[in-house]
Amino acid sequence: MSETLTASGTAGTDPTVPAVPGARRFWRRLREQRAALVAAVVVALLVLVALAAPLLTALEGQDPTTYHPTLVDSARGGVPVGPLGGISGDHWLGLEPQTGRDLFARLVYGARVSLGVALTATLLQTSLGVLMGVAAALGNRWVDQVLSRLTDIIVALPLMIMALALLAVVPSGFPRPLLVTLVLGLIGWGNIAKISRAQTLALKNLDHVSAARLSGWNTWHIARRELLPGLAAPVLTYAALLVPMNISAEAALSFLGVGVKPPTPSWGQMLTAANVWYQAAPQYLLLPAGALFVTVLAMTVLGDGVRTALDPRAASRLRVGTTREGGSA
Amino acid sequence: MSGFAGFVTRRLLATVVTLLAVSVIVYVVFYVTPGDVAQITCGPRCSPEQVRQVAGQLHLDDPLYVRYWHFLQGLVAGQDYSTGTSVAHCPAPCLGLSYQSDQQVTDLILTKLPVSLSLVLGAMVLWLILGVGTGVLSAWRRGRLSERVLTAITLAGTATPVFVIGLVLMIVVCGELELLPFPQYVAFTDDPEQWAWNLLLPWLSLALIEAAAFARLTRAAMLETLAEDHIRTFRAYGVSERAVIGRHALRGALAPVIALNANNVGSAVGGAVLTETLFGLPGIGQELVHAVRVVDLPVVVGMVLVIGFFVVLANAVADVLYAVADRRVVLV
Amino acid sequence: MTGGVRPRREAGAADRDSGDLANPGSLVEVAGLGVEFGDVRAVDDVSFRLAPGAALALVGESGSGKSTAASTLLGLHRGTGARVTGTVRVAGVDVQRASEEELRRLRGAKAAMVFQDPLSSLDPYYAVGDQIAEVYRVHARVSRRAARARAVEVLDRVGIPDAVRRSRSRPHEFSGGMRQRALIAMALACGPELLIADEPTTALDVTVQAQILDLLHTLRAETGMGLLLVTHDVGVAAESVDDVLVVRGGRIVEEGPVTRVLSAPREPYTRRLLSAVPRVDAAHPAAPAGGTEGTGRRDVVLEARGLRREFGRGKQAVTAVDDVSVTVRRGETLGIVGESGSGKTTLGRMLVGLLRPTAGEILLEGRAHRGVDPAVQMVFQDPVSSLNPRRSVGEAIADPLRARGEKDDKAVHVRVTELLERVGLDAAHHDRYPHEFSGGQRQRVGIARALAADPRVIVCDEPVSALDVTTQAQVVALLGELQRELGLALVFVAHDLAVVRQVSDRVAVMRRGRIVEEGPADQVYESPRDPYTRQLLAAVPSLDPHTAAERRAARRALTAA
Repeated sequence: MSETLTASGTAGTDPTVPAVPGARRFWRRLREQRAALVAAVVVALLVLVALAAPLLTALEGQDPTTYHPTLVDSARGGVPVGPLGGISGDHWLGLEPQTGRDLFARLVYGARVSLGVALTATLLQTSLGVLMGVAAALGNRWVDQVLSRLTDIIVALPLMIMALALLAVVPSGFPRPLLVTLVLGLIGWGNIAKISRAQTLALKNLDHVSAARLSGWNTWHIARRELLPGLAAPVLTYAALLVPMNISAEAALSFLGVGVKPPTPSWGQMLTAANVWYQAAPQYLLLPAGALFVTVLAMTVLGDGVRTALDPRAASRLRVGTTREGGSA
Repeated sequence: MSGFAGFVTRRLLATVVTLLAVSVIVYVVFYVTPGDVAQITCGPRCSPEQVRQVAGQLHLDDPLYVRYWHFLQGLVAGQDYSTGTSVAHCPAPCLGLSYQSDQQVTDLILTKLPVSLSLVLGAMVLWLILGVGTGVLSAWRRGRLSERVLTAITLAGTATPVFVIGLVLMIVVCGELELLPFPQYVAFTDDPEQWAWNLLLPWLSLALIEAAAFARLTRAAMLETLAEDHIRTFRAYGVSERAVIGRHALRGALAPVIALNANNVGSAVGGAVLTETLFGLPGIGQELVHAVRVVDLPVVVGMVLVIGFFVVLANAVADVLYAVADRRVVLV
Repeated sequence: MTGGVRPRREAGAADRDSGDLANPGSLVEVAGLGVEFGDVRAVDDVSFRLAPGAALALVGESGSGKSTAASTLLGLHRGTGARVTGTVRVAGVDVQRASEEELRRLRGAKAAMVFQDPLSSLDPYYAVGDQIAEVYRVHARVSRRAARARAVEVLDRVGIPDAVRRSRSRPHEFSGGMRQRALIAMALACGPELLIADEPTTALDVTVQAQILDLLHTLRAETGMGLLLVTHDVGVAAESVDDVLVVRGGRIVEEGPVTRVLSAPREPYTRRLLSAVPRVDAAHPAAPAGGTEGTGRRDVVLEARGLRREFGRGKQAVTAVDDVSVTVRRGETLGIVGESGSGKTTLGRMLVGLLRPTAGEILLEGRAHRGVDPAVQMVFQDPVSSLNPRRSVGEAIADPLRARGEKDDKAVHVRVTELLERVGLDAAHHDRYPHEFSGGQRQRVGIARALAADPRVIVCDEPVSALDVTTQAQVVALLGELQRELGLALVFVAHDLAVVRQVSDRVAVMRRGRIVEEGPADQVYESPRDPYTRQLLAAVPSLDPHTAAERRAARRALTAA
């Protein structure tokens, strides 16, 4: 802080506020929330595991697709040989019943599919949604009408049902994880579009946007510099909630047998198979269920944290919420 | 009041238009996609000759708009189908015949519909009571330990996929503790008590997640209302905290709750598919999953349209209710 | 600033404290009141007394702690995390020590509060009558029906026509003035001894403000209740109270009978505050040289002919501006004054080309002008939203230069520095962001940005209405200087009649989308021809309590006529 600032008396300004208002303040607010911080660490670990899946399995000396028929007891219906579902130095988390595939390998490769599909689908949904929303808000009445109706319809269609049905008609030769990503991405952009449109309409009427028009800039320049940065906060907030939703959706579709298909491992698909083995090989069920729960929970908490960090009004509302009028009641 | 009646009329008209648009999109998407329907329907061992024959039978050679027109005609006026030797009549709301079983899709849906409606409507009652109740409680106890516990529970609830909750419930309640038998659908008309007992677990697994979302929303909306100026007015006039929460803050949360309920009917229907599959309930969802696996397009299209119909209808009803709940909404 | 005030105040407070104990007849006794939020001391050692039936005003600029001090009278600070010291007694209740139950019996029944924004201060979901009845039933054990009857009675009392029917309407179905009446009715319901009014007329138009102040005056005369008025507007205080406390930075700067404080202020701050208040009855400062001779057509910079603007379509179409023609000449200021909904802002936005007129044409130096043009710039009302929070003020000011195609960074920097200094800002602030500036400084940045385009005309849309009165005076002075220096034509759109008179050479009065009267400022203000202009002028609060009383009588005559 220079002397001139204090001397010229910029009254009421907080010297702790950094000179760049956007990104840095966001990180500071995010770091202030303990739960979000923990969730961020968990998410970072998960991403790391997903990225390092080949490395980790190489370390274990296994891969997710090799059958080990000698390690399952075919007399007892295919229960893994050995204690705790076949946990050993070779197979860190045991084996899949019947096939004898390595569970650790399938789990970490499952993370790859789960996170990869969810994050890419979110990216797709967000870009499509922003494009549609901004175009509707800046376009003429006719463009707005058409795009808004289209958005209404997309929002009205139940995502799971549409995904389920669409996955049926595409030939089986198409790579399934990519297909699931595309399907989720192409039908899940409705709410982002609605948010973008509403926010753009609100921003469009702000005085600083009018001022930019008066300065003589064209629409494209104004959209890029005055509107898009203002869209970041609400869009990011919703996108952060889309990630856990997409993880659940991929798992659900795979659980129903129409998402990611074997031999590619996926947590949802593992749950379907594990359904009947819960007594004989409980960890076969518990591992993917636990992985899903932890991932979705961490993503949700992180999403909440992002929202609080981006929307100070929500944050102050939460703070107001913790004080009670008249503590004696 | 004429403004309100006009609003309802306009909203209903918009609903009809939306439904038509949905039907076009669904029809085009499904019948344009590259899968070779005739080959799949006929089976992998069919000769090219047989496949061509099947394609002819299913009118797959006609241009798309002709087929859509036939489809609409069937929907409005019914249609006759020749199934090789005999001619079957498919009466008025005709959604076509199943490629697999030659059964009329409308009949198929009608037999499955009561199961799905029982599931979704029952769960809706449950999630509204549980969710709004929890939300009010945590807004009322804000800043206390009990609120933090409730918040943690609802957070865990939102983070658990439907089928994980259902799976855990089924294994624990039916498998380990043997408190309930594994659910088997019993029609309400046959035995209402058994109907309810058998649906209890499916209801719970579907409702818990939705309830968590409602609890979060109700709490947030009530806290938002509590921060508004008019709450300060009532406090400044000596109105008790109980009346402020129960009368003014809760009223402010009503409109958002209605809006969320409409929004979530769609996701709940998705959840119902999972629940039915998981618990083996013979509803629309289970049938849809089956039809998807065997690529029975008329059944898939019919069911998606019927589900779309209900979701769009639910949205329209919610819009009207929302306008009633929040009269500040400009009726356009 | 407060240093010179302190000793005298402390002596006075000490006298009073001992006097208070001996005088149980006081309605309000506040002694040594302090309120802290975290490290911020919002109210610091404030003491005052209010006798039953008396009226006192707390006057101060934003952030002076006046509202905070008032809200402690009802114990509204409880649970907000504020630390309160000192004693507060209201109608015999020690607010600091009172139990929750005692406090509830005080609130509404003995001391009632009226808030600034009447729309947000009522529950949007319930009928106004029901809300009043609910409050009444908290304090009186009566049936629902009797409470409703009481609600209708008080609504009728505050002048709501057809009170039985209107009591069933929700707040959004009322006009702003009616809502404030309803809020006052709520306050009256339990027959309190004290009315606390926190900026009760700030959100209202000047004619409605006059009606509400007259209503408060009448009610006080009839019921004999005491009034504590919190306001930033010295004129409102002059109209309504006997005694006045001038507060600044949480401390009392000066106190005394309203006539004495306003006519012979003792403290420098009070003097500064009073001299900054624009007077509606002060003649326009000597017209700028060239202002009067520029009457030829040659000097007309901007001309609007038959402008009309509709919003919405079909049956719902609303005409915001209807057949308006104005001309602005070089070096001249045209004031456009009107109440909310008069179409003045719509007109301003059409003049700069941000809004397309439905009909009519705009000529810029004789040529047809459509859409935006750098030669016509605007200064906006809201100092917060008029600057992009993500861009430094230097970038904002450079905007018109860059848009024009200026690529030379050095030249841009030189020009921006020059402009910053011209509007009275430190050139070193080039790289700072808007949130680091006060409201007045942000308006200066907005003016610099407008100047960067080398405009012929600047349309100022309520440029000072969001500012405190002392800042307001500085910004108005800056605009005047720039105009004389650069020969700019200014269009000054505002609701405040006094500010408009202060800056304008000619004035147009707008009502319901039309110009009802136009002419040289002094002529419009001294001898208004249109009845609406007369009504507006009669509604402006006067700084002189005697004139205020005369005006009140005049208003009665006008409404009776």
